Amino acid sequence: MVKNLINWIDARIPMTATYNRHVGQYATPTNFNFWYFFGSLAMLVLVNQLLTGIWLTMNYVPTAEGAFASVEYIMRDVEYGWLLRYMHSTGASAFFVVIYLHMFRGLIYGSYQKPRELLWLFGMLIFLVLMAEAFMGYLLPWGQMSYWGAQVIISLFGAIPFIGDDLTLWIRGDYVISGATLNRFFALHVIALPLVLVVLVFLHLIALHEVGSNNPDGIEIKKNKDENGWPVDGIPFHPYYTVKDIMGVAGFLIVFCYVLFFIPEGGGYFLEKPNFEAANSMKTPEHIAPVWYFTPFYAILRAIPDKLAGVVMMGLSIAVLFVLPWLDRCKVKSVRYRSTLHKLNIAQFAVSFIVLGYLGVVPATPTLTIVAQVFTFTYFGFFVALWVYSKNEKTKPVPARLTH
Amino acid sequence: MKKLLIALVTLLPTLALAASGHKIHLEDANVDLHDKASLERGVDLFQHYCSGCHSTQYQRYERVATDIGISADDMRNKYMFTDAKIGELMQNAIPHKDAAKWFGATPPDLTLVARVRGEDWVYSYLKGFYKDPSRPFGVNNTVFPSVGMPHVLEELQGTPVKQADGSIVVTGGKLNAEEYDQAVRDITGFLVYSAEPVQLERKAMGWWVLGFLFIFFIVAYLLKKEYWKDVH
Amino acid sequence: MSNAPVDTGRRRFLTAATAVVGGAGAVAVAVPFIKSWNPSAKAKAAGAPVEVNISKVEPGQLIRVEWRGKPVWVVRRTDAVINELPTHDGKLRDPASVEMQQPDYATNPLRSIKPEYFIAVGICTHLGCSPTYLPDSFGEQVEGVTSGFFCPCHGSKFDMAGRVFQGVPAPLNLVIPPHQYVDDGTVIIGVDKGVA
Repeated sequence: MVKNLINWIDARIPMTATYNRHVGQYATPTNFNFWYFFGSLAMLVLVNQLLTGIWLTMNYVPTAEGAFASVEYIMRDVEYGWLLRYMHSTGASAFFVVIYLHMFRGLIYGSYQKPRELLWLFGMLIFLVLMAEAFMGYLLPWGQMSYWGAQVIISLFGAIPFIGDDLTLWIRGDYVISGATLNRFFALHVIALPLVLVVLVFLHLIALHEVGSNNPDGIEIKKNKDENGWPVDGIPFHPYYTVKDIMGVAGFLIVFCYVLFFIPEGGGYFLEKPNFEAANSMKTPEHIAPVWYFTPFYAILRAIPDKLAGVVMMGLSIAVLFVLPWLDRCKVKSVRYRSTLHKLNIAQFAVSFIVLGYLGVVPATPTLTIVAQVFTFTYFGFFVALWVYSKNEKTKPVPARLTH
Repeated sequence: MKKLLIALVTLLPTLALAASGHKIHLEDANVDLHDKASLERGVDLFQHYCSGCHSTQYQRYERVATDIGISADDMRNKYMFTDAKIGELMQNAIPHKDAAKWFGATPPDLTLVARVRGEDWVYSYLKGFYKDPSRPFGVNNTVFPSVGMPHVLEELQGTPVKQADGSIVVTGGKLNAEEYDQAVRDITGFLVYSAEPVQLERKAMGWWVLGFLFIFFIVAYLLKKEYWKDVH
Repeated sequence: MSNAPVDTGRRRFLTAATAVVGGAGAVAVAVPFIKSWNPSAKAKAAGAPVEVNISKVEPGQLIRVEWRGKPVWVVRRTDAVINELPTHDGKLRDPASVEMQQPDYATNPLRSIKPEYFIAVGICTHLGCSPTYLPDSFGEQVEGVTSGFFCPCHGSKFDMAGRVFQGVPAPLNLVIPPHQYVDDGTVIIGVDKGVA
């Protein structure tokens, strides 16, 4: 009976073939470590954001007059509205935690290298759209941080020569951030960008399954196949990685739910204190900083003493990640078999990123500005150094088979 | 506009530093949200002394009554001073425009003040008034310099006078120092509650969720281990 | 891949266990999503019982009050109307109000607590229009009956106890909302007797 139904469907769309290609018979390296949880976790958080987002939309009012009150309405008057809202707000931060770790995994194991350049590019586009999505979403509660954060970020576009002022006016649709801005951000946040995001995630997965997953050894398992054409170091995704990812999901949810139920404000970093005060165009909060996930880039912006140059450098700090596959000229992928110099370079890059993130949170002082400049230099230094030494890098011999 | 924004972007961190430079010492509020009697006294005090000017307009009388354990009749008869119905939002009686005229600014809504400022700030603020004839209302505040409201709790606390060494000595008042601290703690407790009415329920639910997830994790771990015997 | 023997039983058990626990979790997650569709505190407050002062309603007059967004009629019936009610039982679909379109305490020939006051939800049981009150000219609709309600949408007819006449599209008598008298001049709509 079921078999007949499956046959009937398979004669019309390639259901079984698609399942086998992407799940049942998708050959996955046997040696994934914990770094490889973050892809599936990003998917989980995306679904969480989509579902809770749709449900929040049911009670949210996208007007300057009603937005703030409607969020409190959700928090108080709607049954379980508080839970849906915290799932969404905690999910936003969790999304970036997961995505940053996912990207760092790609960085250390060379997952961006040939033949995975397009996979990396789709990933970077996801990251870019996600930042836009998060930024626009942050305006919606219409609190003081929403308002002034958006004010500062949008005014960055004013740094563009000639068209800057007109551009900021066009983005806002008003002389200040107003209901018009809120409405367009709402439309983009709930419809346009999520659609783009879902399409990009689809392309990201198609690209992944076309070239196959990389692994901590950076070896192509497809190069070593048995007589049936199955990679000797491969196992089908299902059941092995489905059960493993379920375990990863359970572990992740413990941390996620701990934050959600016990510290939903995330110490003032996930939900910032001034944002519990309704937006007031006449009064700026004492200390405005972007949400934590933007602060590394914000610190770079602030470290440069010239507005235009700051904006350019901030843009570059993200843009340079796009060309990473072409900056790294080494043939060896995994950090395990690369030079000590490369290991040190990655380590200093991670440190730079975290320090910049911290500096972006705290108020700038002359000393801290100098520190930020140093780490801006080392941030970009990573890419420059990589391009230089990777051409003739002294690498270790890469094993023929996966190691465990 | 552009110049203003540039100034804003560059100046703000400096301003913030200046603001955080002289940190005000805040007293520990020691609020206990399980103490319903304290919360009810907080509702009483807030409605009598604060609600004339300050609304808590994002919450409803009925929800406050239910959460704190006040009967609907008590809520209506003792703590509601407008002609609002019990299911309605706790808006206040004075029109915003008049208030702005009288005080120079609209008295802010206080539903979320404990979330914006923190409970210790609210507690210290209510204890921080002192006599200052140079101010329009004759008082100033240690944690909120140049405060724009009168000391409404003066009949309870008495008249606080700042001494040369910075300490505050209180004379008169219906309550002694200890009783006043408790009264202020009651009000603070009510405001902490009103900032997030669901907080106790949230934490209680959190333990159940975490407990469930631990079980799920263990089962998932065993399942994974069982299947991965094939691989290792 | 190792070739160690597979413990199928254990594997099946653990798969089932994970599915059950995970399924329970999924159901639990669905709860807030489903419950958030219930009327919010705001909707409940707006749908709270309504107190109506009926002391100024004149004989024969109908007043409308809004309860849960619906029109509720309060009609003060004259003696003539009350006396006329039992005379046309033969023309009605459900003269004895067998279908529970009213609370127990209004399940009587006059479908009310007090004979004088008729309180009903003014919505036709056919497709939700609000019928028109015809205090004197209802005879044009049903011969021999002076007053009643006529629905302009599809011509349904009800008598002064909200009972539906035969041969019209409306299937049921008009709904009597839960209500109680606080005193002679005040009625609360939306609350049953015994409930505060």
